[in-house]
Amino acid sequence: MQERKPVESWETDYDIFDKQYVSDPFPIWEDLRGKCPIAHTERNGGSWLPVNFDDLQAFVGMVPELSSKEPIVVPPVDVPDEEIGADGGAPPITADPPIQNMYRRSILPFFTVKAVAKHRPYTEKLCNDLINRFHNTGKADAAVDYAQQIPPRVIAHMLGIDENRTDDFTQWVRNVLELGLTDIELRLKYRKVIRDFFFGVVANRRKNPGDEDLISQLIASRVGDEPLNDNQIVSMCNLLLVAGIDTTWSSIGAAMWHFASHEDDRKRVSADHGLFPTAIEEMLRFYAPVTMARVATTDVEYNGVTIKEGDRVLMNFPGACRDPKHFEDADKVIIDRQKNRHIAFGAGIHRCAGSNLARMEMDVALRTWFERIPEFSLVEGGEVTWAGGQVRGPRNVPVRF
Amino acid sequence: MKIRVNADKCQGHNRCCAVAPNLFDVDDFGNAFALNDGAVPDDEKANAQLAIDNCPEFAVEIVED
Repeated sequence: MQERKPVESWETDYDIFDKQYVSDPFPIWEDLRGKCPIAHTERNGGSWLPVNFDDLQAFVGMVPELSSKEPIVVPPVDVPDEEIGADGGAPPITADPPIQNMYRRSILPFFTVKAVAKHRPYTEKLCNDLINRFHNTGKADAAVDYAQQIPPRVIAHMLGIDENRTDDFTQWVRNVLELGLTDIELRLKYRKVIRDFFFGVVANRRKNPGDEDLISQLIASRVGDEPLNDNQIVSMCNLLLVAGIDTTWSSIGAAMWHFASHEDDRKRVSADHGLFPTAIEEMLRFYAPVTMARVATTDVEYNGVTIKEGDRVLMNFPGACRDPKHFEDADKVIIDRQKNRHIAFGAGIHRCAGSNLARMEMDVALRTWFERIPEFSLVEGGEVTWAGGQVRGPRNVPVRF
Repeated sequence: MKIRVNADKCQGHNRCCAVAPNLFDVDDFGNAFALNDGAVPDDEKANAQLAIDNCPEFAVEIVED
């Protein structure tokens, strides 16, 4: 990433791509909480940044005042509608009611706890196969060799697309959602690559329908009385690929980083796998990866600020998850935390539709690793870089065991 | 004790089902509802409280203490 102008004031000039914000945003949010809980910046097209749980809850409820049509954290590029895709290009996340609800209802049945449980055996085998590749070497990059390998394969498995192209999918998604945030050409190029790929898959699946895969089921489904058209299906596939990869691997990677660098917690979980359910929720809260955006459709007066029509609001769910008003010892990891009302998956009508899938993947990834490799630690002096902006997570976690 | 899931607030996070599987279930879209008309046996009261405390939407409500 290119050099960026230093931040003058986090209240009035914040920069979500600033090195400090990406690597350690927590003291910044804490500081803002005491002063001006809704910060503003002119950078990256201008935006507002809430940090309090209650403010995030208020903002998710502002429908239709805050639109989700442009949910990425940087301004959209002006391109023709047909290049964007149906209803914002990745519905339901890029749509507002009432159309949002139509899309949401068409994918939710594939993501209930029961529905995602069907993919658990596949995920277990996958995690074991990944570990087999490095198990006898005594070292691995728990992000690159493990966390990043899991979500793209699981979603490819669900969509019935070629799992051997995982490296391509991963590269496409990073070029849209990570590197592409600050490189418009790259973002547009790979958005098209993804759409072209799925148009090919959908055309093929119409001719040769499968029994189980999600794309065939979307083709066969009816919304109201209408079947979905190719553009709508491709746009939803775009969402499933883009939103299901970067996010989940960031959470798995952050958890791996935590246990590799916090021996006490690692030992406790190793000794008592019954801690996994609360530990996973705590990892989700503490290392909440995803910030989304909304755009005001009208002037909004809220808590002393005026959000003008057209202004962007960054939905800082990670900040809300550290709010001491709602989480006791918010800046401490408590792996058996009982009261954990976190909103790592957002809240309101756009609550992450894949949250049950993400939780299943995290559960399998961590349990399988701990069963096979109960003792592991971060390589001393090993460089851990965090990526941020829309999705925060470690890009490498070198461990030895 | 009697509880309910406020359907206007529930967004399908499924936290109630995770922490109190004997008290809640979900429909085909993941929206939660209370089992047994919301009745909470004495030995499930702690789990009911967990469901209340872990719902991101504040959707689990006490109808009767």
